[in-house]
Amino acid sequence: MLLIKCPWCGERPETEFHYGGEAHIERPENPEALSDEEWANFLFMRSNVKGLFRERWHHSNGCRRWFNVLRNTVSHDILAVYRMGEKPPVIEPAEENR
Amino acid sequence: MSRVNRTSAGGRVDRQKILNFTFNGVRYTGIQGDTLASALLANGVYLVGRSFKYHRPRGIVAAGAEEPGAMVQLEEGAETQPNIRATQIELYEGLKASSVNVWPSVDFDISAVNGLFAKIMTAGFYNKTFMWPKSFWMKFYEPVIRRAAGWGRAPEERDPDLYDHRHIHADVVVVGAGPAGLMAALEAARAGARVLVVDEQSEPGGRLLSEKRVIDDLPSEEWIASIVEELDSLDEVTILSRTVLFGYYDQNYLCAVEHRTDHLPLANRSGQARQRTWHIRAKEVILATGAHERPLVFADNDRPGIMLAGSVQSYVNRYGVLPGKQMVLFTNNDGAYEAALDMKAGGAAIKVIVDVRKEPGSVADEAEAAGIEVLKGYAITATRGRKRISSVEVRTVQKGARQYTSAGRWIECDLLAMSGGWSPVVHLFSQSQGKLAFNEEKSCYLPDKSVQKQRVAGSAGGEFSLAACLNDGVFAGRAAAKEAGFLFKTPPLEPVVEAPDPGLPEPFWIVPGSVPVGEGSAKHFVDLQNDTTAADIALATREGFESSEHVKRYTLTGFGTDQGKTSNINALGILSGLLDKPMTDIGTTTFRPPYTPVSFGALAGRNLGRWSDPVRVTSIHDWHVDNGALFENVGQWHRPWYYPKEEETMQQSLNRECLSVRKGVGVLDASTLGKIDIKGPDAAEFLNRMYTNAWAKLGVGRVRYGLMCHEDGMVFDDGTTARLAEDHFLMTTTTGNAAQVLDWLEDYLQTEWPDLKVYCTSVTEQWATVSIAGPKARKLLGKLAPDMDLSPEAFPFMSFQEGTVAGMEARIFRISFTGELSFEINVPWHAGHALWDAVMEAGAEYNITPYGTESMHILRAEKGFIIVGQETDGTTTPQDLGMDWIISKKKPDYIGKRSWSREDTSSSDRKQLVGLLTENKDEVLPEGAQLVFDRYAPVPMPMVGHVTSSYYSAALGRSIALALVKGGQAKEGEVIFAPLEGKTVRAKITGPVFYDKEGEKLDGEV
Repeated sequence: MLLIKCPWCGERPETEFHYGGEAHIERPENPEALSDEEWANFLFMRSNVKGLFRERWHHSNGCRRWFNVLRNTVSHDILAVYRMGEKPPVIEPAEENR
Repeated sequence: MSRVNRTSAGGRVDRQKILNFTFNGVRYTGIQGDTLASALLANGVYLVGRSFKYHRPRGIVAAGAEEPGAMVQLEEGAETQPNIRATQIELYEGLKASSVNVWPSVDFDISAVNGLFAKIMTAGFYNKTFMWPKSFWMKFYEPVIRRAAGWGRAPEERDPDLYDHRHIHADVVVVGAGPAGLMAALEAARAGARVLVVDEQSEPGGRLLSEKRVIDDLPSEEWIASIVEELDSLDEVTILSRTVLFGYYDQNYLCAVEHRTDHLPLANRSGQARQRTWHIRAKEVILATGAHERPLVFADNDRPGIMLAGSVQSYVNRYGVLPGKQMVLFTNNDGAYEAALDMKAGGAAIKVIVDVRKEPGSVADEAEAAGIEVLKGYAITATRGRKRISSVEVRTVQKGARQYTSAGRWIECDLLAMSGGWSPVVHLFSQSQGKLAFNEEKSCYLPDKSVQKQRVAGSAGGEFSLAACLNDGVFAGRAAAKEAGFLFKTPPLEPVVEAPDPGLPEPFWIVPGSVPVGEGSAKHFVDLQNDTTAADIALATREGFESSEHVKRYTLTGFGTDQGKTSNINALGILSGLLDKPMTDIGTTTFRPPYTPVSFGALAGRNLGRWSDPVRVTSIHDWHVDNGALFENVGQWHRPWYYPKEEETMQQSLNRECLSVRKGVGVLDASTLGKIDIKGPDAAEFLNRMYTNAWAKLGVGRVRYGLMCHEDGMVFDDGTTARLAEDHFLMTTTTGNAAQVLDWLEDYLQTEWPDLKVYCTSVTEQWATVSIAGPKARKLLGKLAPDMDLSPEAFPFMSFQEGTVAGMEARIFRISFTGELSFEINVPWHAGHALWDAVMEAGAEYNITPYGTESMHILRAEKGFIIVGQETDGTTTPQDLGMDWIISKKKPDYIGKRSWSREDTSSSDRKQLVGLLTENKDEVLPEGAQLVFDRYAPVPMPMVGHVTSSYYSAALGRSIALALVKGGQAKEGEVIFAPLEGKTVRAKITGPVFYDKEGEKLDGEV
């Protein structure tokens, strides 16, 4: 069970959270202007990263806030958490290859 | 029976404390400090069970967690536990155990006849033999196989014991309290780290408890005690003995189970939790998990009395037990010689040492000097003895040869100790995602690359000499503490050791036989628990299984409760020989939790019965219980299902409930419906984006039905929403989906549209809802709310008013899920029961009838109203449901809209909602029944849809059903078939509305 640091509440066990999939997938401003393929990309296509992955988590059994997590999908190390709307932190390559 | 095999002195046992116990109904005595295994051996009991497949006699092989064979049924009745390793059961007064997998008894086992059919019971036997006919599998093969091949029996009574869970954070967790673990713990503790030591044995010391060693001029027992004393004196150190670290998960999250009372007599166990599951979060982990000895693989190597050499050493040194008096040692390494010398010192005769190596180390000279015959370049090629080994055959053999040619010599013995070298216990390392690599020099798998913050110390890391283990522990402890942020004030410990060097084994994966492996009747067992032989592995490779993972599954090697602790490496070695590939190319199989089996009780802890899952009930629940309601679970809610009266069948109850709503008035506890309070200047705009229809112009005091879709255009939830004020809405959701809908709304508010000023609050449990429905609903409400104008003009359908009902402030919604005149009266949660009572009292003159969820479902189906999750399954669009009327064409964008023009969602051949009327009006189709257009189509018939809802409608005097049918909206009037077991039902496709299509009933009696 992961220990996740909610940006508002601090470190809490994973059972307090819900997973929300890949982060930084913005809903298109004007869906009607997109081709079927572009729309399908938004709907279905997600990266499947072995390594650092930016993803959304919801502190559903806590403060109920959504936030972003930078997680290594191999080691499950959480390298950063940041609030919605904040820029993802830049991670040094050395740490990335941990 | 006397304890025939006890040495005169020594060991970690108290000869003064005699313990009585029973095995297979026979009474024996042991002494304090014994395990069940050591006590059985002390009593001369060698045959303890039968093997899994062939039911061959099996005895005790090892002295710890790696024991593959000696599993017993411990205790009886509610206390019973199946498949517990006798080597890990600490003996206590009054212990009762029996053999598993024997019938009728361990001495005479009927299934041993399986041995006669061994030729056909090879790898894949079950898969190959019992394929046909299918019906035989269920009725015959499976029960018979289960009885013949099952291990112990699960208890049938309620577990009388308590279990609990604890959570702990530690700087350094040390797994294993052997020499490496103790050193690591002491170093880290001296640096000030919070240290948790987890050890599965009854006392710290690990392998040192079984060997005679001197460390820092102290006998090892005293040295251990001095280390433990210092650790105990430090506040930040916790030592958990009798605790198995069974799972190593991500982020250094570890789970262990502490056996707190399992070593006590049953009568002394009450008042404390039997087992405790520890949830451990560690900054740094040190795996000092030691090593398991490997068996050697030779013909008929499974007889009772064939044991691991290091385990024999444990029995004589730690437990003061001689597992035999006439011992033969079979080895491929120097380290095992000590077992022979210790046994000799204990009083046993060493008949011969058989060493596969032509040039063993100097230990061979020492053994010879002690008068023991050493055969170099020899192997054991056969054994004899039915229920205990009686003799072995030795010959010179060539490593790698397919069969031997030399002459054999038989030597009588009653104990064969064997050693194929040691395998580091890498299970936890592997669980933690660490990568293993085969080390050719040491011929074992070693931890190679860590993924988590951990270190491996001692023999778990391939350091097999005591001095190296101790130093490795010192290094690991200091490194871990430093990594966890602690500074050292003390210099590194430098333990001084007198111990022989065990050297390295010469790999000898399989001893050649009289014929090539797999031919002839002798069995070279690899996995003693699953009866996997070298021949099975050879068969697997012949049949094309070459990957170690495939061979494992085909032959079941390593599949037992011991998870292949003694067998995996030998299987891989044999596989390497068969495929003529180096070990480095074979690759080991994956180790998964748990390390040793964990009881369900320990995993469940206190989360049992009513604590296993929250139960949600309404404020009116007691009334439902008192009035005989049967309940159905909807999510965590317990909702009244229906209210049977005496002598009524279920259908009679439903008919009565439904007709009362159609003709008089019924009442439903609708409190469980999800309610979300939505407030803010942008609330209407927000609803406009979330729902498929338009909300901006909804007047205050009006109510609208809405459908919510996901971005993929599929229906996700539905419900009515009322506009309480310009900036204030009350949304209702389906009972089961309330939490998901709130999550969904907040997701968009927080992440996509943070500019919208809207708050969402769950108020499900703030408002109790009593729904009255039926033509007389207005008359009833009029009695309770005399001040309100309830006329259709003043209080029209799909509107809402606040008022006083039975003296309570209430919100009343005129909506309808039944098609009848209906008012949903909301009062504060705590007032729900009072309102219900008032409604029942006022309704008595109209014969008011409470109805449950089943009648609600029938009533809404008569009207063709969908239930999300029943008529929809996450692949259903509003258009599929014929609900185009609720799809806004004007709104430029809302969730779901864009997806409806995708090729798949806009196809006319999608499954669409229709009604079905069976030709026989009394035939109620089963929900989920598949539908076909052509009843005579060849199998596999093209299936065109399925029944989603199906009921008997009392109001219509016939059955009705809703279904999703391919292109169904254009097929009204056509015939469709439901092929069922033994019959095919013919039905006509209709529209989904069966009752009051014109909606004339909505206003009820005016």
